[in-house]
Amino acid sequence: MFDRLVLHETSGTKPALKSSTKIACGLASFALSGGLIAALLLSERAGPGLAALTASRMDESGVENPVTAVLLNFRSYDTLLEIAVLLIVAVAMLSMQPSATNRSMVEVNHRHSGDPVLAGLLRWLVALATVLSGYLLWTGAYAPGGAFQAGSVIAGACVALKLSGRYHFFWHPLKARLLLTIGLAVFVLVGGFCATGDKRVLEYPLEYAGMLILIIELAATVSIAAILLLLFTGLQDDKPDATQAGRPST
Amino acid sequence: MTQDLIYSVTSLALFGCGFYGLLALPHILRKLLAINIMGVSVFMLLLATANHGTSIDPVPHAMVLTGIVVAVAGTALCLKLAVNINAIDQNERDSNHQ
Repeated sequence: MFDRLVLHETSGTKPALKSSTKIACGLASFALSGGLIAALLLSERAGPGLAALTASRMDESGVENPVTAVLLNFRSYDTLLEIAVLLIVAVAMLSMQPSATNRSMVEVNHRHSGDPVLAGLLRWLVALATVLSGYLLWTGAYAPGGAFQAGSVIAGACVALKLSGRYHFFWHPLKARLLLTIGLAVFVLVGGFCATGDKRVLEYPLEYAGMLILIIELAATVSIAAILLLLFTGLQDDKPDATQAGRPST
Repeated sequence: MTQDLIYSVTSLALFGCGFYGLLALPHILRKLLAINIMGVSVFMLLLATANHGTSIDPVPHAMVLTGIVVAVAGTALCLKLAVNINAIDQNERDSNHQ
């Protein structure tokens, strides 16, 4: 796509800024930076933060990693809304995509005469990325890791497949929507089912908290991977019929 | 303490650099990069303030993790819009020439 985006400073009709304007901009940003640094240095040191509070309630969270506990238990409302924001971005991107109703989600171009070394390497890399993603998802319970890391590793593997030229991803209307929404749907369902009896929405029962967090993270991993891949493929102007010699077979 | 201070001051300097880019660079792609630099500087400041010597505050870490994903998604959407705007501009210029 960047070959189409002209990178000159003054592409087309926009004139270059005058040097006096540039100096004014520089002074303004210097003043902003300086003011913020002065505010930082002059302000009193912030309090102890929430580390002690989080540590004292860890046995209620169902996991052992404090960041995962904050993300998916103590402040799970924020994470729910974040996945909703991701979904909104994905829907906006999907609306700018050409329709792919009569295509399967992944198409392999067997006639693509690619580098055999690249194809062999990809076979290893994608398998490794899948295992790594599962490990990251599982390890999120007690060490750095979780749905976002696992989802981005899977999306990276799919981007590698796409860039090899042998594989093409299409966004079938129904299947794409299913993949993109499953994270938010599972999150909302689990959060809603928690609100029985005297419990509130997203207040997990103590004994099932770890398992519920794992279920949410599993669904969120699928959605995050699909959304990131959609964002990547959406930026490439993909017209396989025009660019490829042979019609790709499924 | 000194380490926190170095990271905090650097992040605010980066914020200023990004702000200058946003104001002074006319191209839309450069403006987008400038906004990203400003966002990353905010993440850096949050991580620097989360460090309390012995213990790490997990709440800012969770916020940054959330923020990174949203920033990536927003950047991708902006890039797509930039490409579309560029295509419209190109069409207008082509029709003006004829």
